[in-house]
Amino acid sequence: MRMLNTMKHYKLWFAFSGAVIVLGFVMMFMNGLNLGIDFTGGTMMQVELGKEISVAEISDVIKSFDLNPDIVHSGVEKTEVIIKTKASLDNDLRKEVFGALKEAYGLEDNALIGAEQFGPSMGKEIRNRAIISVLIASVVMLIYISIRFETVFGIAAIIALFHDVLFLISIYAIFGITVNSSFIAAVLTIVGYSINDTIVVFDRVRENIKREKNKDHFEIINTSVSQTMTRTLNTSITTLLVIGSLYVLGVQSIKEFAFPLFVGITVGTYSSIFIASPTWALVRQYLAKKEHYATK
Amino acid sequence: MKGKNTLLFFLIVAVIAGTALIAINGLTLGTFSITPVKDQLKLGLDIKGGVVVVYEAQTDEKDDALARTMEQTKQMIGKRINELGLTEPIITLQGEKRLRIELPGVANAQEAIAVIGKTALLEFVLVTGDTPASEGMTLDAIESEQILTGINIEDAFVSQDEYNQPVVSLKFDSVGTTLFYEGTKKAIDNVNKRGQIAIVLDNDIISAPYTQIVISDGEAIVQGSFSYEEANSLAMLIRGGALPVKMTEVQTSVIGPTLGLDSFNSAIRAAIIGIILVMFFMIVFYRIPGVIASIALTLYAMLVIFVLIGLNATLTLPGIAGIVISLGMAVDANVIIFERLKEEMKVGKSLRASIDSGFHRAMSTIIDSNVTTFIAALILFAFGEGPIKGFAVTLMIGIISSMFTAVIVTKSMLKLSLGFTDRKKLYGSRG
Repeated sequence: MRMLNTMKHYKLWFAFSGAVIVLGFVMMFMNGLNLGIDFTGGTMMQVELGKEISVAEISDVIKSFDLNPDIVHSGVEKTEVIIKTKASLDNDLRKEVFGALKEAYGLEDNALIGAEQFGPSMGKEIRNRAIISVLIASVVMLIYISIRFETVFGIAAIIALFHDVLFLISIYAIFGITVNSSFIAAVLTIVGYSINDTIVVFDRVRENIKREKNKDHFEIINTSVSQTMTRTLNTSITTLLVIGSLYVLGVQSIKEFAFPLFVGITVGTYSSIFIASPTWALVRQYLAKKEHYATK
Repeated sequence: MKGKNTLLFFLIVAVIAGTALIAINGLTLGTFSITPVKDQLKLGLDIKGGVVVVYEAQTDEKDDALARTMEQTKQMIGKRINELGLTEPIITLQGEKRLRIELPGVANAQEAIAVIGKTALLEFVLVTGDTPASEGMTLDAIESEQILTGINIEDAFVSQDEYNQPVVSLKFDSVGTTLFYEGTKKAIDNVNKRGQIAIVLDNDIISAPYTQIVISDGEAIVQGSFSYEEANSLAMLIRGGALPVKMTEVQTSVIGPTLGLDSFNSAIRAAIIGIILVMFFMIVFYRIPGVIASIALTLYAMLVIFVLIGLNATLTLPGIAGIVISLGMAVDANVIIFERLKEEMKVGKSLRASIDSGFHRAMSTIIDSNVTTFIAALILFAFGEGPIKGFAVTLMIGIISSMFTAVIVTKSMLKLSLGFTDRKKLYGSRG
């Protein structure tokens, strides 16, 4: 086993994560997040046209509806189009838009292969619900970890967890990737996965504290992280193999789900080693010092 | 003893492999047959196609009154869906004032949505102002006086008028008959002021006939410019009665059958390739334990699918994602055990002793990490809705199955494998 000195450069890791998160939030306040129609309200229609037709031509056909739409091609032969607009079209309006395409390209009724519509108030609710779920999940997990380990582990694990979520949001803000409800589901998954990774390291820390009483907290972290390194990497690799194949082979909706998971699991692995562990050691060190002065 | 263990090891492998093959391909032996699991799974709307609509009631009612209204609306919408001949609808109350309606495999989704969400408040009004009513106008555009509403209509059905045009024939109940008699009488008395009756559906005038005679038999026809299908759904709506509140469409999702199936097939293909890659990685890295982990993974995948079938749960795309994540965790439990095993062997313990103590020490890690993830899944299940719930269910099933296969199956097979080899090198030890 090679000994890794995780604690040596902890300031560097904290600075790196801090920089990404600050940059992400600056970008977010400047440009806002690129929210999908399930957050802003809007309509998506997926139509099989039978042949590849240019985006410009399609926007011309539906110009009269004044939708300001995003149009992309889809399907194996690029014969499908996905039309997205921030306007929330009800059933009658959707029928009219489809009617225009139907007439222009001589389509049958079943050419409309998919449609989604979200009212403007739905997005806010989904978001609030997700935030509440993450908070409740954090509190319950904190309680569980405090019982099974001790409170400092719980605090360090939850800090790492918030780090992961903020990091992921920052990446979306920096690269302007569309945030939609599968992003929320992915964030919630990461909440579970990242904590899992952190627990495995902490479990080893707990064991090493009992065994090696005279070592300081930094040394214990270095030993524990090194001992669990192969496991951490192997687990991440196998999980990323499965999620990676979902991303490469999946259709659009699966890709949208697999991408944040891929990023999130990578970030979760990084944070369990470089954020959660140093945080635990620093808090313990600080508490020990305080106690030392108090008893003097 | 050794030979017996070896035999048992390969017997287990054969049983698991055999079950997997039967599960994938199905089996027919004379009259006895097993359908492939693929056909036994209940697939969600996002896979087999269908419509999901969420309606929100436009009302200021609260608490009990609201709950009553929603229940009534739910039942009426259920009745409408039945009359349309659509099968297996799922109507659920979402929050306080929303109804989520799921219709699997509706071929013409737009027509269905148009009919289901209509308030369908039918009114007969007397035109009292100077502006004549005509089809396509709204009720607000004319001066009028209400004669009766849809409540007083006993029956409605489609028939044909003298020009072979489809019309909706109405039959009033006794109160309606009296009201209509008085209404037509008023219309004739007012003949110089117009004498027109307007038939209004949800504020839109759909027909505006003139009466020459007093009608006392309690029957009327609605003539309008509609097709046979439109007349049919109008008759159905009138028969069913109006919804107690106006419902607006706040979310819709229409999935064509080919779209869903494409996503399903691509997800399954991706999952299979992912599993094969994982098995390959595990075998290269851990040798014999890697082979055992692969067998445990096969069993794990089958367990998840069997539990889904057993619970009659619906498999959705997010659900497949949940299975994939828990697959990662199933591998994780194995990795934790094998790494411990290597450590134990390194301090010089025998293979058998290493397996025992390695397992013992890996257990607390596996339990703590799985319980915390399970907590997250449980909270997703409680607070999430629709797709997130589906994801949480498969994640929970997956976590439990992976604990079972990793702890019980992996352990027993590791021990049995000692029957044919005890070379530490084959168990990942570099010493």
